[in-house]
Amino acid sequence: PAHPALARPPLAIGSNLCVSFPPERIDMKRKAALVGGGQKRIDAQHKRGKLTARERVELLLDPESFVESDMFVEHRCSDFGMEQDRNKFPGDSVVTGRGRINGRLVYVFSQDFTVFGGSLSGAHAQKICKIMDQAMTVGAPVIGLNDSGGARIQEGVESLAGYADIFLRNVLASGVVPQISLIMGPCAGGAVYSPALTDFTFMVKDTSYLFITGPDVVKSVTNEDVTQEELGGAKTHTTVSGVAHHAFENDVDALLNMREFFNFLPLSNQDPSPIRACHDPSDRLVTSLDTIVPFETTKAYDMLDIIHAIVDERDFFEIMPSYAKNIVVGFARMNGRTVGIVGNQPKVASGCLDINSSVKGARFVRFCDAFNIPIITFVDVPGFLPGTAQEYGGIIRHGAKLLYAFAEATVPKITIITRKAYGGAYDVMSSKHLRGDVNYAWPSAEVAVMGAKGAVQIIFRGKENQAEAEAEYVEKFANPFPAAVRGFVDDIIEPATTRKKICRDLEVLASKKQVNPWKKHANIPL
Amino acid sequence: VKKSRRCVGDKNTKSVFCLPPQTFDKILIANRGEIACRVIKTCQKMGIKSVAVHSDVDASAVHVKMADEAVCVGPAPTSKSYLNMDAIMDAIRSTGAQAVHPGYGFLSENKEFAKRLAAEGVTFIGPDTHAIMAMGDKIESKLIAKAAKVNTIPGFDGVVETADDAVKIAQQIGYPVMIKASAGGGGKGMRIAWNDEETREGFRFSSQEAASSFGDDRLLIEKYIDNPRHIEIQVLADKHGNALWLNERECSIQRRNQKVVEEAPSTFLDSVTRRAMGEQAVQLAKAVQYSSAGTVEFLVDSKKNFYFLEMNTRLQVEHPITECITGLDLVEQMIRVAKGYKLLHKQEDIPINGWAIESRVYAEDPYKSFGLPSIGRLSQYQEPLNLSNVRVDSGIQEGSDISIYYDPMISKLVTYGATRAEALSKMEDALDNYVIRGVTHNIPLLREIITHPRFISGDISTNFLPEVYPDGFKGHQLEVGNRRELLASAAALYITAQLRSQKVLGNLSYLDSHVAVQMIFCIDASGQIVLQYLGTSFKVRVLSKLAAELNSYMPEKVAEDTSSILRSPMPGSVVAVSVKPGDTVAEGQEICVIEAMKMQNSLTAAKQAKVKKVHCKPGETVGEGDLLVELE
Repeated sequence: PAHPALARPPLAIGSNLCVSFPPERIDMKRKAALVGGGQKRIDAQHKRGKLTARERVELLLDPESFVESDMFVEHRCSDFGMEQDRNKFPGDSVVTGRGRINGRLVYVFSQDFTVFGGSLSGAHAQKICKIMDQAMTVGAPVIGLNDSGGARIQEGVESLAGYADIFLRNVLASGVVPQISLIMGPCAGGAVYSPALTDFTFMVKDTSYLFITGPDVVKSVTNEDVTQEELGGAKTHTTVSGVAHHAFENDVDALLNMREFFNFLPLSNQDPSPIRACHDPSDRLVTSLDTIVPFETTKAYDMLDIIHAIVDERDFFEIMPSYAKNIVVGFARMNGRTVGIVGNQPKVASGCLDINSSVKGARFVRFCDAFNIPIITFVDVPGFLPGTAQEYGGIIRHGAKLLYAFAEATVPKITIITRKAYGGAYDVMSSKHLRGDVNYAWPSAEVAVMGAKGAVQIIFRGKENQAEAEAEYVEKFANPFPAAVRGFVDDIIEPATTRKKICRDLEVLASKKQVNPWKKHANIPL
Repeated sequence: VKKSRRCVGDKNTKSVFCLPPQTFDKILIANRGEIACRVIKTCQKMGIKSVAVHSDVDASAVHVKMADEAVCVGPAPTSKSYLNMDAIMDAIRSTGAQAVHPGYGFLSENKEFAKRLAAEGVTFIGPDTHAIMAMGDKIESKLIAKAAKVNTIPGFDGVVETADDAVKIAQQIGYPVMIKASAGGGGKGMRIAWNDEETREGFRFSSQEAASSFGDDRLLIEKYIDNPRHIEIQVLADKHGNALWLNERECSIQRRNQKVVEEAPSTFLDSVTRRAMGEQAVQLAKAVQYSSAGTVEFLVDSKKNFYFLEMNTRLQVEHPITECITGLDLVEQMIRVAKGYKLLHKQEDIPINGWAIESRVYAEDPYKSFGLPSIGRLSQYQEPLNLSNVRVDSGIQEGSDISIYYDPMISKLVTYGATRAEALSKMEDALDNYVIRGVTHNIPLLREIITHPRFISGDISTNFLPEVYPDGFKGHQLEVGNRRELLASAAALYITAQLRSQKVLGNLSYLDSHVAVQMIFCIDASGQIVLQYLGTSFKVRVLSKLAAELNSYMPEKVAEDTSSILRSPMPGSVVAVSVKPGDTVAEGQEICVIEAMKMQNSLTAAKQAKVKKVHCKPGETVGEGDLLVELE
């Protein structure tokens, strides 16, 4: 139904000429807005295996919860024939508004590919900015569904200004409300920086692309032959570049997963980590963990097995599962409460820290810290990856990011050393020294400067009986005691009790209050 | 003093609980897994200390934890650990074990091992060496059986040297023929040939497999009895010339000649046939001065003619069902007999009490030729011991690894009842209550077998599986009612989950609208809810009405064309690659051979094509789904 204000008698213009403003006209506009670029384009969108902007919003949000804003906004371009009526679409090329996901408030924009290929006009940007401002005001997350060919070229600098307006808001909202981008079509050129600034970027396999310049430009500039998919498809960004955090099979799959993902998140930095009803006993003993760490320290095991076994109902939403796989990060719940999990993955590259895994871990830790999500860290790290590739690539400053993130974090931090915690990597991985609240060691833990072999070669250089010295070193350091006697780990626990202990600690730490010194902002080594 | 140690009683009460008689102080169990645990249990009951041996990967295995002592006998491959006689002899010496129980498989029927034990004065808990030798050789065993007036299969013949000899012999006997390793028991190294070509192939496979499993590549070819039942008689004999038959076990349900479901007694035998078989089995045992527990296997045709197949001179995998219906502890009897005690029972003391059924629960994918090995870690594992009349013999626990090195058996699930119907319905419950996660398992197949009308009516043969599932096992086929039940359950789960998502602390805006559900049933597409229902895991996808409508716009993703690529169906090692790039292969031609869990699997071309690229070489270890060969 039309808003009562709109139903007022129209203004009289001239003496006896009364321009009627019949409700039918409002309805007509609404109907026009609902079909976006028209049935033909909608069919084309479906043919590509893509849903329309409105279908996406409807599926993402709770039924009938969507409250649309700016349905009547039109672009203001008057060049190149854009001013003609047939080139005006109510709402322009984006659908914006707010709604609820499982009853929890969220702001959404969904770019409409059927209208000028979803291109970004000044009006389009203005609509997005409006809901972002509102989201900030009330403290609710923003989800952007991207499906846009790029800038509205007819509008020129107006379009560029629009991008910048959005970028600014992305930055201001960063750390205030969670921002999620779901790339569901093309997203190219400057447009990519909005998703890049948000907390999470998800993609849809086969139908979404992210790149600064497309294959044609690449060909003309660098003479490289590359397909869209290779250059900026979901596979590229989830495995090679690390730009995207997850990829989903199709639109429906992606949107349903967004709902699941959203359940983990607090609504803003003022909200505590959400607690959902939990059906998994918090004191459940996980006996399978007693045998998970192999006897041979060189043998790998799957850190995901530990994570799945410990968290509620084996429910773990992994972030970047295909990128820098030597570190595992993601969301889970412990006794119903959302937690962020960070774990070295011994199965991949021995679980070492390198440039990519440090950056992946650091960004995740900072998100958790910004949004009051406790961090649980599982440590089995042989150290930082050596080599020229890493040193030339700047492992020093990238590794520092993870160190920085853990040190800076003031949310509850619980750390479990499952096996190796060697060298500087031990310090980095949410150690006691970086204000870890509770640090546990399993009986298989070894906290040492380095592996026994290397240590002995240095301590007993040139001496004989290296094997004997090695055995002595193992005896002395390859166990949890050196750390435990110094209080660097709070307790040595049976692996089976890990879940129980973490749940109990999280309850206690729920009231943790810790503040970093005042600063304008910190200076993380970027 | 000694007597008081063995007998515990209170002078003031009449009841005196007598422990079993003095046998051994310490027994080493030269085996792993469930059978090692099974033997240790009886040792514990008899007050005997147990010693486990293990490979390095088994260091935290259940049998190691259960035993009083444990000795590592080498690295993971069985040839270097559980078959490593030197290391096991060292373990015996270092622990001072007085006797060795070999379990089944490994060294249980190895005459060399028995000899070495005898030389060191260590008791082998099993028959004497000469009985192992006589029965271990399939040719000699038949001659002995014939002499002992035991019915034998017509037309069997001698040791085979070459493929041509194999074909000649096969032709003399007349097809079909069965080819198998002389030294091996069970179905390993056994192949059936219907023509010359298959005989050659069978010869090659069987001799290779025989060599890898038994270190003895002699072979045997004999007439293959079509549509037979496999029924075996448990015998128990002492060193004083006494022997008993402990009734039969029906073991006809087999896949690739390995048993899957066994029961005791058999629905097929009448008391006359049972007695005749039992008596012949005892005759054979006596003919070789057999002592300890043993099994005489027979093939029984539809007219209840029975033929001696072989004698297994060891404890059989499926012995628990005999224990259930007779009340005897066979391991205890073996230990007693080994010490030289006389049998406690007379033939007329041996009852058939009720009915027992055993399902072999394997880490196998039943959808691939009734079971190809799968490996993994048991992330969740719960045996259905909450039910009465259920026995589970297993050697694994939650967190255990099922590795490529050993038999993929997870457990033997035995149910017992006063009647067969009772035992069967208990088995149904037990299979439904069994929780196994982390590896693919064959419970879907087991449950289908025990609920199949043909099985229930007792109309079975060793061809049961290929006859009932000519196109391979496809899981439980849902009828309309079942289907609705499944969908209703899935929908209920979905709604529960949806409603719970709203129950977040501080979330005040609960939805009052109902959750509308439309069910899409897709067993093959990737779904979100996997339900185990009637034994089979079904993937069910529950979507809201809107999501279901929108889902219709989603394109079907084109699956990889699998006819031109060959992937490993299971983890294992490459034994042989029969092609090289550029070769042209015919449809069905062997491309390579993968060995897993001691089984050799021939992988064949799905179409006629030229070989584009070979990605594997002999000796390499491959994982499930690894690309082996590409065709053009």
